[in-house]
Amino acid sequence: MKLHEIAHARTGDKGDVSNISVIAYDPAHWPIIRDHVTPARVAAHFGSFAKEDVTRYTLPHLHALNFVIRGALTGGVTRSLALDAHGKCLASVLLEMEIDMSASLTD
Amino acid sequence: MSIIRIGAGAGFQGDRLAPALDLAERGQLDYLVFECLGERTIASAQQARRKDPSRGYDPLLERRMRAVLPVCAKNGTRIVTNMGAANPVGAAQHTARIARELGLSGLKVAAVTGDDVLDRIGRFVLDETGAPASELGDRLVSANAYVGIDGLVEALAGGADVVICGRASDPTLFLAPLVHEFGWARDDWEKLGRGVLIGHLLECAAQITGGYFADPGVKDVPDLANIGHPLAEVDAEGNATITKLPGTGGRITRATCIEQLLYEIHDPARYLQPDVVADFSSVDFHDLDPDRIGVSGAGGTPATGQLKVSVGYRDGWIGEGQISYAGANCVARGQLAIETVRARLAPYGAQMFDERGEMVGVNSVWPGARAAADTPEVRVRCAARCADSDTARRVVEEVEGLYLAGPAGGGGATGTVREVLAIASTLMPANAVTSGVEMLEVHRETA
Repeated sequence: MKLHEIAHARTGDKGDVSNISVIAYDPAHWPIIRDHVTPARVAAHFGSFAKEDVTRYTLPHLHALNFVIRGALTGGVTRSLALDAHGKCLASVLLEMEIDMSASLTD
Repeated sequence: MSIIRIGAGAGFQGDRLAPALDLAERGQLDYLVFECLGERTIASAQQARRKDPSRGYDPLLERRMRAVLPVCAKNGTRIVTNMGAANPVGAAQHTARIARELGLSGLKVAAVTGDDVLDRIGRFVLDETGAPASELGDRLVSANAYVGIDGLVEALAGGADVVICGRASDPTLFLAPLVHEFGWARDDWEKLGRGVLIGHLLECAAQITGGYFADPGVKDVPDLANIGHPLAEVDAEGNATITKLPGTGGRITRATCIEQLLYEIHDPARYLQPDVVADFSSVDFHDLDPDRIGVSGAGGTPATGQLKVSVGYRDGWIGEGQISYAGANCVARGQLAIETVRARLAPYGAQMFDERGEMVGVNSVWPGARAAADTPEVRVRCAARCADSDTARRVVEEVEGLYLAGPAGGGGATGTVREVLAIASTLMPANAVTSGVEMLEVHRETA
């Protein structure tokens, strides 16, 4: 199952920091999202960030996570060579993450 | 006054005008706020002002003011905006000229100044470079503090119908009218936090009414083409209902509100603002009616006493070229094109700080992505940040050169060269920054 099936997401940017919210459509899926979408897995999914650069904030009553990724925008919107210098596309890329319900939850 | 109606006219410099005009006409607004200043916008505005001292404010100011001033004056709606950019006084003078031409005598236009701290930035160490700003030398272009509500509230108290500032924190544009109207104490952290939340939710305009949200089949948005901008109905306690005008496209739901709540937020419990540290960690949204969402639960703690300062500086040139490949084996031909350009640019390596070769349609956003076996087309993109414009020009030329001397079937080459205006940031004590207000009153034209 892809994360896209159970969650929606939005990217914001400040300088060289990207933040990506991940929000459950259905509260029933919140525990799955909370347990599977960890900073280590987010870092591994993108393949270009170190997990130490990823901080996760949890808003249980909104069934939402907020990931803050430092150094995510290759210098920030003003210096970056990236086509999507704001990283606006990153939230949708994160929703490509495979959620393997049978996987171990230890990182 | 029991309820204040405050609407979002723009969420970025180039935002759409029609929804703002609709809000001005039908929204029964007390305030219409135009947030038009991005991180880099003010640095480029500073460069424009250096070329022509009468410029340096938002290039769309004229169009926006001509459209909304008459209806706002008629309806008693006050306008608050950061369209002053690098020249709030110039923007106010120009707005007063427009008002005079439109026959709006008696209108008061205020310029709020004080955010420009270029004259005292030198000794402050920049987060990104780790060195004092003064080391940038003549590459330093601008330094603007994200100021709080002081100047804006003073202007509103002075009776301004239009308040124009430069750099202020975005939610401040909404917080200031609420503080002015409700007389909230400057140490009533909870109410200031609530006001910041309302500003934060509205400041990106359509991003809370279904913009930056639609995902067909999953998150559908009705009539996206005619999306309306949001407004808030706010009471004296800082409780708010977020809504939009009947008949406009888009939607406001818990989902759109939660996405916008977390947009550009780091720690939700500590959203650092000039006048308060807002706490969004217990915010909740309540369905009231279709497209009407109640907001509750924001709090606040004392401000840090430090203001964020954005420092703009020239940081080389970016050259970028693109070319398309399609059909059989296009990914391999695209890859060969990138390798060829890299080899041809190698002699210029000393003048290049950073380079990037990628294929749009495969891996331009997600470096970890792999091409599908049946990729129908790719667009090769090569970019480099260079010491000078001549070197940046080489990047464009080498991509264009692929027409005759690259892989089979390359087409549609394009290229651009632009100067890099980089932004770094630092913190400055709030007491080193003082706001000022200049009030202009529009008098009848005398023939």
